[in-house]
Amino acid sequence: MNRIERKFRELKRQKKKAFIAFITAGYPNLSTTKKLLLEFARIGVDIVELGVPFSDPMADGPVIQQASEVALKNKVNLRKILKLVKEARRVTQMPVCLMSYYNPIYCFPQDKFVRAAVDAGVDGVIVPDLPPEEAKGLLKTAQQSGLDIIFFLAPTSTGERIKLISQKTRGFIYYVSLTGVTGPRQKLPADIAVNLAAIKRITKKPVCVGFGVSSRAQVKQITRVADGVIVGSAIIKKIRENRKRADLVSRVSNFVLKLKA
Amino acid sequence: MLPDKKGHFNGFGGRYVPETLIYALDQLEREYKKAKRDRAFRREFNYYLSDYAGRPTPLYLAANLSRYLGIKKVYLKREDLLHTGAHKINNTLGQILLAVRMKKPRVIAETGAGQHGVATATVAARFGLKCDIYMGTEDIHRQELNVFRMKLLGARVIPVRSGSKTLKDAMTEALRDWVTNVRTTHYIIGSVAGPHPYPEMVREFQAVIGREARRQILQKEKRLPDYLVACVGGGSNAMGLFYPFYNDKRVKFIGVEAAGLGLASGRHAATLVKGGIGVLHGSKSGLLEDKFGQVEIAHSIAAGLDYPGVGPEHAYYKKTGRATYAAVTDKEALEGFKLLSEKEGIIPALEPAHAIFYLTKLRRRINKNSVIIVCLSGRGDKDTQIVAERLRL
Repeated sequence: MNRIERKFRELKRQKKKAFIAFITAGYPNLSTTKKLLLEFARIGVDIVELGVPFSDPMADGPVIQQASEVALKNKVNLRKILKLVKEARRVTQMPVCLMSYYNPIYCFPQDKFVRAAVDAGVDGVIVPDLPPEEAKGLLKTAQQSGLDIIFFLAPTSTGERIKLISQKTRGFIYYVSLTGVTGPRQKLPADIAVNLAAIKRITKKPVCVGFGVSSRAQVKQITRVADGVIVGSAIIKKIRENRKRADLVSRVSNFVLKLKA
Repeated sequence: MLPDKKGHFNGFGGRYVPETLIYALDQLEREYKKAKRDRAFRREFNYYLSDYAGRPTPLYLAANLSRYLGIKKVYLKREDLLHTGAHKINNTLGQILLAVRMKKPRVIAETGAGQHGVATATVAARFGLKCDIYMGTEDIHRQELNVFRMKLLGARVIPVRSGSKTLKDAMTEALRDWVTNVRTTHYIIGSVAGPHPYPEMVREFQAVIGREARRQILQKEKRLPDYLVACVGGGSNAMGLFYPFYNDKRVKFIGVEAAGLGLASGRHAATLVKGGIGVLHGSKSGLLEDKFGQVEIAHSIAAGLDYPGVGPEHAYYKKTGRATYAAVTDKEALEGFKLLSEKEGIIPALEPAHAIFYLTKLRRRINKNSVIIVCLSGRGDKDTQIVAERLRL
């Protein structure tokens, strides 16, 4: 059993829902990312999702795009991010996933990436532009090494897709709350509950909802119907607002505490 | 016959897209397959190709150019004579008919040189669909005439300021729009690139170029050509010309990419000549990328070639040796531009000017009795300003 699975079992026992925080690795710089990671572990964030910056993030809105650009300017790459996770792993058992577009993984190359990720203590990988049809190679090595590949479902997914993805995903299902890119929204679609119910009829695997979630009220709305909630752009925005302050980490930490309270 | 069911050309191609889009790609694939078998669709498509776009286009024997080059016969497939001035209209007509069949009230497109944007805006006007075109601010600046045309045709031109501010970023932004408005919008991709079924579908819509050329050359020469030459950005005009000759194994295919400021300069768009293999915009193919898998910024004087990726079937042709790929610099393309203008009275777009110039290299190593077909994919009006600046006319 890996750390993600253990985490969901533990939450289930406690009748709690997972709070998953996304941050772009290397924004505003790698040392801050490491501090944030450890701070998130300290305040009880259940899983951290570390975004690997990419030149063409087609599923991301302006907030994460901009964070990626800064990280790339800082010359952040997958190797450095894995090193960061490895260092953090010495002090925390909090599950860590990487969110990366496929090309940086493909170029690593793939098999070597899986070994390096497991070695660093990464528990899962989320690849927004890699549906299971194209993931055969990655799935094979990942399964042998115990690395979770987490797949997406969307409001446009058909029953057939729900079956396929429930079967292929490990760790949890990432349900995209809306048709669109990442970024804070005032209002989330009304069909989330209905769509989640349809997914839940097909699979027992945990389903976590992300995209657009930016307020405490929305977190509550989601966790009523899902096993977990993922917040990304709202946290990145908070980092951006405080990027020049010495107390950035504690300010972001307070914001996250309020979200997950 | 390739691609296979999942859109793979022996490992290239495929569908590397967010889950949200799978449903739209499935729908498009179903509708396209249905239309392909439907005689009424084919009749309608052919009607618009002939009566609206102006097909068939001539296969013109460029006698002066042939004499100048010392090659027996160089023919030009005159896609520049089509309505809107380039081959792009072949594909947009096919796709707008599919959009109408899918009852999508809105289309979007990316554009570099503006030719695909104009061709999309044109068919959107003709069929009464709402139309938004994504274009990098760098390209908006260098292809002003086409921006004006798109606006006249009732399209909204949305400036893209991210990354290199060119075609690559326009396509990324169009994909973001599509993910958002997927239920009401059809994305008219302008090249044999993107996720399955686009590479196959766009190839089919453009294959009219090669089918006509094959028929015409057999009529004129009673034989097949020795070489087909076409410029390659994403590669739609080249694939349209090459594909119908695929089984004619003695016909050699040459794709000409943009070498920009030179292959050694790092500022070029020669994806197949110089790049690696990677995943961008929904398919696995040749890609200009750094060692960490970040996409590099391409450069070419021709906005339509200024793209770090390439259609997956070209990557497959290269791997199997069915086609070879070469590259021509900005400077050389300008010479090609002048050459065709002066020798034949035909002003080419900067994109096919790359293919024209390549003939001056090719002539040194081929049999002088060769028969060559060059795809003249577009006309040069859009480039006159940029060329005037460069040539100090």
